[in-house]
Amino acid sequence: MGRTAAMIRTLFLCFLLGGCAGVQTPLDPAGLQSAQLLSLFGLMLWVCGVAYVLVLGFLGWSLWRARRRIAAETAPEVNPVHRGLSRGLWGWTAFVATGLLLLAIASFLTDWTLARAERRGAIEVSVTGHQWWWRIQYRDPASGQWIETANELHLPQDRTTLIRLGAADVIHSFWIPNVAGKMDVIPGRANQLALTPRRAGWFRGQCAEFCGPQHAHMALDVKVESPAEFTAWLAAQAKPAAAGGDPTALAVVTAGPCAACHMIRGTDAKGRVGPDLTHLASRRSLAAGTLPMSRGAVQGWVAQPRAIKPGTMMPPVPLSGPQADAVSRYLMALK
Amino acid sequence: MSPDNTLPAWTDPPGLWGFLTTVDHKRIAARYVVTTIAMMFLAGMLALDMRLQLSGPDMGRMGPQEYNESFSLHGSTMMFLVAVPVMEAMGLWLVPLMLGQRNVAFPRLSAFSYWLYLGGILMLWVPHALGITPDLGWFEYAPLSGPAYSPGHRADIWAQMITFTEVAALAASVNLAATILKMRPPGMSLARMPMFLWAMLIASLMTIFALPAVMLVTSMLIADRMVSTHFFNVAGGGDPLLFQHLFWFFGHPEVYIIFIPAVGFVSSIVETFARRPLFGYRFMVLALVAIGVLAFGLWVHHMFAVGLPRIGNAFYTAASMLIALPAGIQIFCWIATLWDGRGIRFATPLLWVIGFIITFVIGGLTGVMAAAAPLDLQLTDTYFIVAHFHYVLVGGAMFPLFGAFAYWYPKATGRLMSERWGKIAFALIFGGFNLGFFPMHLLGLMGMPRRIYTYGPEMGWGTLNLVATIGVAIAILGGVIFVANAWISYWRGRPAGADPWGGPTLEWATSSPPPPHNFDWVPVVEGFTPLWDAPEGLPVMTGLPEDRRKVMITSASTATAEYLQGSPGPSIWPLIAGLAVSVMFVGSIFTPWAVAIGAVPIGAALTAWFWPKRKRATTGPLGGRPA
Amino acid sequence: MSEAPPIRVVGDVAHFPGSATGARHLVWWGNLGFMLIEGTAFLLAGGAYLYLMGHSPGWPPQGDGLPDLLGGTVFTLCLLASELPNRWLSAQAKAKNERHVRLGSLLMTGLGLILIGIRALELGHLNVRWDQDAYGSVVWMLMVLHTSHVATDLGDTGVQMVWLFTHEIGDDQYADVSDNCNYWTFVVLAWLPIYILVYWMPRWV
Repeated sequence: MGRTAAMIRTLFLCFLLGGCAGVQTPLDPAGLQSAQLLSLFGLMLWVCGVAYVLVLGFLGWSLWRARRRIAAETAPEVNPVHRGLSRGLWGWTAFVATGLLLLAIASFLTDWTLARAERRGAIEVSVTGHQWWWRIQYRDPASGQWIETANELHLPQDRTTLIRLGAADVIHSFWIPNVAGKMDVIPGRANQLALTPRRAGWFRGQCAEFCGPQHAHMALDVKVESPAEFTAWLAAQAKPAAAGGDPTALAVVTAGPCAACHMIRGTDAKGRVGPDLTHLASRRSLAAGTLPMSRGAVQGWVAQPRAIKPGTMMPPVPLSGPQADAVSRYLMALK
Repeated sequence: MSPDNTLPAWTDPPGLWGFLTTVDHKRIAARYVVTTIAMMFLAGMLALDMRLQLSGPDMGRMGPQEYNESFSLHGSTMMFLVAVPVMEAMGLWLVPLMLGQRNVAFPRLSAFSYWLYLGGILMLWVPHALGITPDLGWFEYAPLSGPAYSPGHRADIWAQMITFTEVAALAASVNLAATILKMRPPGMSLARMPMFLWAMLIASLMTIFALPAVMLVTSMLIADRMVSTHFFNVAGGGDPLLFQHLFWFFGHPEVYIIFIPAVGFVSSIVETFARRPLFGYRFMVLALVAIGVLAFGLWVHHMFAVGLPRIGNAFYTAASMLIALPAGIQIFCWIATLWDGRGIRFATPLLWVIGFIITFVIGGLTGVMAAAAPLDLQLTDTYFIVAHFHYVLVGGAMFPLFGAFAYWYPKATGRLMSERWGKIAFALIFGGFNLGFFPMHLLGLMGMPRRIYTYGPEMGWGTLNLVATIGVAIAILGGVIFVANAWISYWRGRPAGADPWGGPTLEWATSSPPPPHNFDWVPVVEGFTPLWDAPEGLPVMTGLPEDRRKVMITSASTATAEYLQGSPGPSIWPLIAGLAVSVMFVGSIFTPWAVAIGAVPIGAALTAWFWPKRKRATTGPLGGRPA
Repeated sequence: MSEAPPIRVVGDVAHFPGSATGARHLVWWGNLGFMLIEGTAFLLAGGAYLYLMGHSPGWPPQGDGLPDLLGGTVFTLCLLASELPNRWLSAQAKAKNERHVRLGSLLMTGLGLILIGIRALELGHLNVRWDQDAYGSVVWMLMVLHTSHVATDLGDTGVQMVWLFTHEIGDDQYADVSDNCNYWTFVVLAWLPIYILVYWMPRWV
């Protein structure tokens, strides 16, 4: 009943909204968790909807019943007695209590179901919230090494991934609505979130706790893919960057200012302050979902990050024309 | 009875001096209300600003800094400088009148309360004018608000604004609670008290228990920032969640402190316009007490996404849903009163009550949805919650407030507001609000988080945001018409007389506006609708002196007459003490020594304030010669 | 309905007394209100202490000293002892004994000064700084809150004492003295749980 109701509701809302089959919405569940939650929401809508109709009905009836116009001078009803109303009150109280009990039980059952689904994940993933990007680390099952990337999360379909959440600076909130509810990342606290995606595709997550000036631009791309594709992707991410490259670019990136904050495995760039760039060009977007990945975006970002994300920690890197071209070409080759 | 029937002992000195020294609760409440309306307007302009910025993707009208300042200022102003103060102000104006009393329990304290409130406004808005606006939201979570991530003074300004308004609110609450408990007319036992007085009593008691939490947490924040304590600093063994627990321990009761007086307004209006005493009075009182108590056990529902143990969350889910039960009972009782009345007068105040029921119930129901901890993980920190709290705050508190304003305006001013323009304002505000905020439920369900200054076109949020902006603009237009109606009616409204609506409670037994001393006599009461209970003549007692300020004090539960208390007259000391306190509060943003140094002028001002005016001693070691 | 309703006189209030004592007195309730506010603040501060304690692997954390028991215990005993003259003063105020009330308030002012002196010594022997860690911060917060409590009541008592000596004392002022005594009792009672938290909790844990 819950699922059908939820589907009807979703279709109705989609009709209304014309845009709810989206990549960042709890109304289009692509995961076990979000599907459970949408069902619960559907039940809520039914129960609350009935309650609201009853309230409006009673109100409408009262206004209709008392529609004879009276004046300030009309003598008031000083000793009213109305058994029917008292019975009505008890009936209404019983209805509300029952409804609330039903919804509370449904909530507990949902919670219990979600808790049971929270087993040790197929793979260990650690996500750390920074102002204003996401550090994502996978533990390679074979070597035990941590494979790091940023702002893009890949998940194997039909497996539960248990994400360990941490915060590097202030409180953020990790939210991929199509897959599951959100969980805050809090300094000094180890939270975790279970994600069990059921449908392949691209989705979008966004920080959901105000964390400073660029809170609005702290998104992440999420790709749900078959376990085989996932393993292949992870293996590719584990590899270091190809050695060598244009010396002009290398002078800036691996031997120059970029290396202070960024890591490109396989080179001398070993900074940990900013996102790992080893496979930058393999990602779908740049600067935590702010710009679609392209050479122009990369070049613009390097030249003037604060024009795109005012308040960002990344300083502008003044480069000559040829330097800027070389750097962006080099970065776009980091697939 | 006319306003010319003034008693010299109860009149204020003329002019500016009278303005600064008055302890007349009606004058103080009037300036309080007018100030909150001005602040509501300012906060509304900020809202319009934000809505314009969000009405389309990548609008570029405001940068992140400006937007973050806007939502911080909007939320802080609405919550601390409008919602709570306006309810206190309405209470301050109405409580003595509904009690048949001449003033509140502590008249100078009510003046002090206003000056501190004004200090709070200046604490927030003067820095804004100077460009140092707080920009971390209305609840400034640590560690973002801590010394490491927010250097400068913006966060301190916010924290200290709260100190001002919290002291003002606590002073007003102690005042109102003491008034309601000890200054009821003989015969008005607690069981015969109008619902509005129950509401103000419970809201005042809740304030006493809730506000210390925010006082404590903002002081701890300032300490972390100024003297390097480690309450919220993880590296020092502190915990950011301590901030959240303390803040929401205050924050949840706070919203009920705002809502409960509105319950009182609705009860009063419904009774009068259905011309029937409130149905289910006993249940209404019990429901109100239940809400007041339960409200203190819900705060963790603001923290469901923080990662607390599931069992704990489940408890707060149950408690948060439970509070819907007394609220539901109240809704039934109001509608039942209308159903069973003599008929209904569709005057503007009643329209606001109808608007309240239609709107607030939606907010309550979305609250029930958000109360489910697992579901809240999808809803919290999205526009769904923005919609929810505006529905309960605007629908549940502001609509009754506007109704109350229209209802008691004739009593305060002696004139009626225009019914026609009142209805137009209602239609615009009610329609505009729903058009503006209903889409936000959908936006939240479409994945739009809170507190983002912009979004991209690919998100698909543009259309609904545009609709929301239009709705908000319409509502603001309605607000302007409402205020214009109030202003113009002040000069040109129809004379109202003492009792234009035929109300049941004591405030309608004196002239409009009331003389400074409110009533010539002490009423004796036998039920909660005294004017309806005694159509042949309201029983009263004479004998209050005319040459001195005295008020009747009665016992706390049965309201048996006990003694006559001297009531203080006009005094400049509340203003001076308020100034001294303000200087200390502002100084303590810059150095902790301000507390010690500032204590001296405060001590002096308070000493002068409380220095009893009696003759010099003629006995004892310091006794002088007999006068 | 526009005019004020008719009235009928059923009594006269001129004969009622012009003052009252204890819980009958209006100002007693204001006093109670402020005690509730401050009591709540202390409860929450104590709660914060327990929260941070639960959050910490050791209490006090490794390397922090324990507050010297001597100072705290001497203060506690002196504070409890001051309750005796306090209650006596309250009884004298109810009895409206002018001479004893003046004497009593002088005595309480003196005791208050002594206690502030002891408190100053105590603060120097907490053996932790407020900026050292969360433990230090919360211990200092509790101590500062209570100290300002004591200091403001001392100020109150002192000013009241000066006034009592220089003026004719009326019924309302006797009630004020009695209220001030109640507030002192509150200061004493509020200290006891704080004493336990600050001085004994770290030793028990």
